[in-house]
Amino acid sequence: MKRFIPETRAVNVVKRFTCDELAELLTAYLEDALDQPSRDGMQAHLSCCEGCGRYFEQFRATINVLGDQPQEKLPAPVRDRLMSAFRERHRHHS
Amino acid sequence: MGSFEGGGLPPDDIVVSALRAGDEAMFAALLDTWSRGMLRVARSYVSTDHSAEEVVQDTWLAVIDGIDAFEARSSVKTWVFRILVNTAKKRGVRESRTLPWSAFEQDGGPFRGSAQGGPAEFAAPWPTPEGEALAAEVRVLIAEALGRLPPRQRVVISLRDVEGCTSDEVCEILEISAANQRVLLHRARTAVRGWLADYYESVKQPE
Repeated sequence: MKRFIPETRAVNVVKRFTCDELAELLTAYLEDALDQPSRDGMQAHLSCCEGCGRYFEQFRATINVLGDQPQEKLPAPVRDRLMSAFRERHRHHS
Repeated sequence: MGSFEGGGLPPDDIVVSALRAGDEAMFAALLDTWSRGMLRVARSYVSTDHSAEEVVQDTWLAVIDGIDAFEARSSVKTWVFRILVNTAKKRGVRESRTLPWSAFEQDGGPFRGSAQGGPAEFAAPWPTPEGEALAAEVRVLIAEALGRLPPRQRVVISLRDVEGCTSDEVCEILEISAANQRVLLHRARTAVRGWLADYYESVKQPE
């Protein structure tokens, strides 16, 4: 397992993550559900580690592709049936 | 009688009073906006497209019947999707493809890590899906990938990433905690990323 070791140790209150730990936290990171030290640690790791940077891009690309699924409609007969059910009910109630 | 395309739906109080007043354009707008996501969610619980359509149809009939009694304790969308989930679960039980919610606790098993290709193996760059042909293939792959996910992961990722629901909405619809929602979503995304990576690897042009 590849470990990310920052060049300087001067930075405090920044959590350090291994590549695998980072991968596991990507959704939390994207949802803004991490505390500040973890967030900073993720950013520090991502800016230095090429593999994780690419993995993160792929992770986001996956989310984009998921949002690009084709439009799917109710079959016309079902839609028609529901429209008449709605019309019917209102007629009875008014 | 307006069109809601592109502009999104009006606020809930307007939606509810329009439905109560029998505004067909409003009902049609809801049908056309939410049915797609409803079909996807229904498919996580039942075995055929036909069953999924029936679940969606029964849900809308329940909405028509229930709108007068709707108490605005949740958003209209959450209310509709909760009816859907309950209808789909019942239907799933009858089909005995049932996946009682508690039985999928193994969805919450340990992170599969590099089994799906973690960053440690230095993820290769993906091609830009510029060609329509590639984009179409990727859409098919995504549809298959969703079908391969454990049901709870499938419902969550369908609602969040395919349909664009917020995490609050998903938690309310499925009655799960934010942390649980995040774990399921993350496992699902990780699995789908792994399948996409395999696919891109397989179509890579030899140099």
